[in-house]
Amino acid sequence: MSPQLAKPSPESSSAGLHFNDTELTLGLPGATKSGTKRGFSDTVDLNLRGPCNTDHASNPSENDVSGDSKPPPAKTQIVGWPPVKASRKNVAKISKYVKVAVDGAPYLRKVDLEMYGSYQQLLGSLEDMFSCFPIRNYLNERKLMDPVKGSDYMPTYEDRDGDWMLVGDVPWKMFVESCKRLRLMKSTEAIGLAPRASQKCTSTSGSKSL
Amino acid sequence: MNYFPDEVLEHVFDFLTSHRDRNAVSLVCKSWFKVEKWSRHRVFVGNCYAISPERLIARFPRVRALTLKGKPHFADFNLVPHDWGGFVYPWIEAMAKSNIGLEELRLKRMVVSNEGLELLARSFVNFKSLVLISCEGFTTDGLAAVAANCRFLRELDLQENEVEDRKGQWLSCFPDSCTSLVSLNFACLKGEVNLTALERLVARCPNLKSLRLNRAVPLDALQRILMLAPQLEDLGTGSYVHDPDTETYNKLISTFQKCRSIRSMSGFLEVSPLCLPAIYPICSNLTSLNLSYAPGIHGDELIKLIHHCRKLQRLWILDCIGDKGLGVVASTCKELQELRVFPSDPFGVGNAAVTEKGLVAISFGCPKLHSLLYFCQQVTNAALITVAKNCPNFTRFRLCILDATKADPVTMQPLDEGFGAIVQSCKDLRRLSLSGLLTDRVFLYIGMYAEQLEMLSIAFAGDSDKGMLYVLNGCKKLRKLEIRDSPFGNEALLTDVGKYETMRSLWMSSCEVTLGGCKVLAEKMPRINVEIINEYDQMEFGFDDRQKVDKMFLYRTLVGPRKDAPHFVWTL
Repeated sequence: MSPQLAKPSPESSSAGLHFNDTELTLGLPGATKSGTKRGFSDTVDLNLRGPCNTDHASNPSENDVSGDSKPPPAKTQIVGWPPVKASRKNVAKISKYVKVAVDGAPYLRKVDLEMYGSYQQLLGSLEDMFSCFPIRNYLNERKLMDPVKGSDYMPTYEDRDGDWMLVGDVPWKMFVESCKRLRLMKSTEAIGLAPRASQKCTSTSGSKSL
Repeated sequence: MNYFPDEVLEHVFDFLTSHRDRNAVSLVCKSWFKVEKWSRHRVFVGNCYAISPERLIARFPRVRALTLKGKPHFADFNLVPHDWGGFVYPWIEAMAKSNIGLEELRLKRMVVSNEGLELLARSFVNFKSLVLISCEGFTTDGLAAVAANCRFLRELDLQENEVEDRKGQWLSCFPDSCTSLVSLNFACLKGEVNLTALERLVARCPNLKSLRLNRAVPLDALQRILMLAPQLEDLGTGSYVHDPDTETYNKLISTFQKCRSIRSMSGFLEVSPLCLPAIYPICSNLTSLNLSYAPGIHGDELIKLIHHCRKLQRLWILDCIGDKGLGVVASTCKELQELRVFPSDPFGVGNAAVTEKGLVAISFGCPKLHSLLYFCQQVTNAALITVAKNCPNFTRFRLCILDATKADPVTMQPLDEGFGAIVQSCKDLRRLSLSGLLTDRVFLYIGMYAEQLEMLSIAFAGDSDKGMLYVLNGCKKLRKLEIRDSPFGNEALLTDVGKYETMRSLWMSSCEVTLGGCKVLAEKMPRINVEIINEYDQMEFGFDDRQKVDKMFLYRTLVGPRKDAPHFVWTL
């Protein structure tokens, strides 16, 4: 009484759709396809990209952070497959790419904030990237660089609330978490906003954009 | 033998450490049973529902160290609903009431509550060791209670638990008088810890041998902690992120050079690969290395690291090491016994970095390998046959092809012959997990050859009931069988119902078993609990015996249906 498994067709395309190659189907002896038993490909959860609509739908593999141009996964997901514990699912390389705009530059760049461990590393890398645009460094970190005389740009970023903030106020990790994009702002626009390296920020009559 | 005084018997039995030996001894005669009963201190309960706390205490009144396991293994992969069961509170409560002198508690896949931890901490004066693996249901408040009240605590080991972090000061709850810690592992906690409290704790525990930090502990704190604990043998770093061009990093380098005792490393929960060279001096002494939680280390950097690890016996790593990297492991790590290769991108586009080539290289290079967990893109029969020939000593062999029904990519054949070679060659194989395209034939081989097999995991495999029957008939030592999405039905389930009393448990989900079949089984076997788990259907249980059962979990038990089953679990 147990249903027999219909064998998959012997031809197989060499590349590409593994699912069709190895699709298992079930039916009573003599039946070709259909059958109540789900094969591997039938079990896939087709709602990968949307919000999880069942409690136990598998987790989307990407989070929303690095929003654009992720290729859709070639496989959709099955509950509990591959058999990895939840704690391992997000071990894939975490990356957070954000756009970097420099006032006056003809095009934007992107950097992966997860590549850096500190503001110093990030700004150093930005300096390399935009080597013709020296970046004023006012940060009061252990490895203090003297503010570059005559430098033109202040690093600012847009946070999750949509506000434009000065880079450097909050701990590094908090910054990575909240940063959506970077803008190297011409200093001339930033008059009255930039704190000096070792001075506390005194309130001035100028309003901050924070 | 009856002429020996009990003390002598007891002294002899002290040399028996294995549960099975002690169980055997209990069966010899009444006086041996009695002596063994009163001298058994370590008890292992593989299924917390197979026995009740009260009966356990009656049977072994002097228990001091208890291991309990709860949920079925597939719970790790979200196949078991969240509140299925496995509560430890009744056990703690019963032992507290009976004044058991509990000293060690080891739990796996159980639900632990803060109340339970608080009761534990208050009730057992000599409590020394708490190990929680894949548990859930508690917060850091529960940990605070343990820290504050267990005056002789030696071991607090939290592995892969779901802990709600209340951002309290649980580490600060270790009193200044606590100096007995030997092992502290809080790597799975997600929240901040009080670094000062941590450093002071480490400073006052001179016997601390094992320390695993969580991600919130930065590299500079790691350096200070290592200065306080140069005697450490097992280290799990927290965050391993820093700018290598700094004094902190240089200090770390020289600190690591002083840590001559470290034999095991793990952690690297976030990594700056440029900082890895600091651990090279330690690598030459390492026997165990776990980089499986370390994101973003390129294969080349891993290879550079591996070159230093000539004494490695256990390696857990991500598949970004690649086949090439596994080749380096094969030529460097000649003492390797256990290898686990995890997928760095489990759901990603099919670019998993390892294939059968890496595994074959390992089999040539590491003859001592006996335990394997390998996630890969593909495998060929030829490769498995080669691996079987090179490594006949496997005791654990778990292969997971990410595309679960993938055939041999070269021959397009099922992988029956490959796995068949493994079971035929590895006469001591105790645990096996299969994947790939598999027919009934592989189960024929398993039934024929896998004489020592105790645990078998099957997914998307087989053609008919015959497959499952081959296994049930052939594997005499089978204890745990877990099957998902395979065409095994009532005939396979019911042909030999007595078999299930020789096993711990059977899990079948998305198979062909019907409600009627389960009912027949439950009726024939009163000492088996047959649980039907039905989360989604609104169906009323019992109306249509022909209905397929989505999830069935059956296990032998001495205490009948459990009383804490949630509404979606029906014990037939």
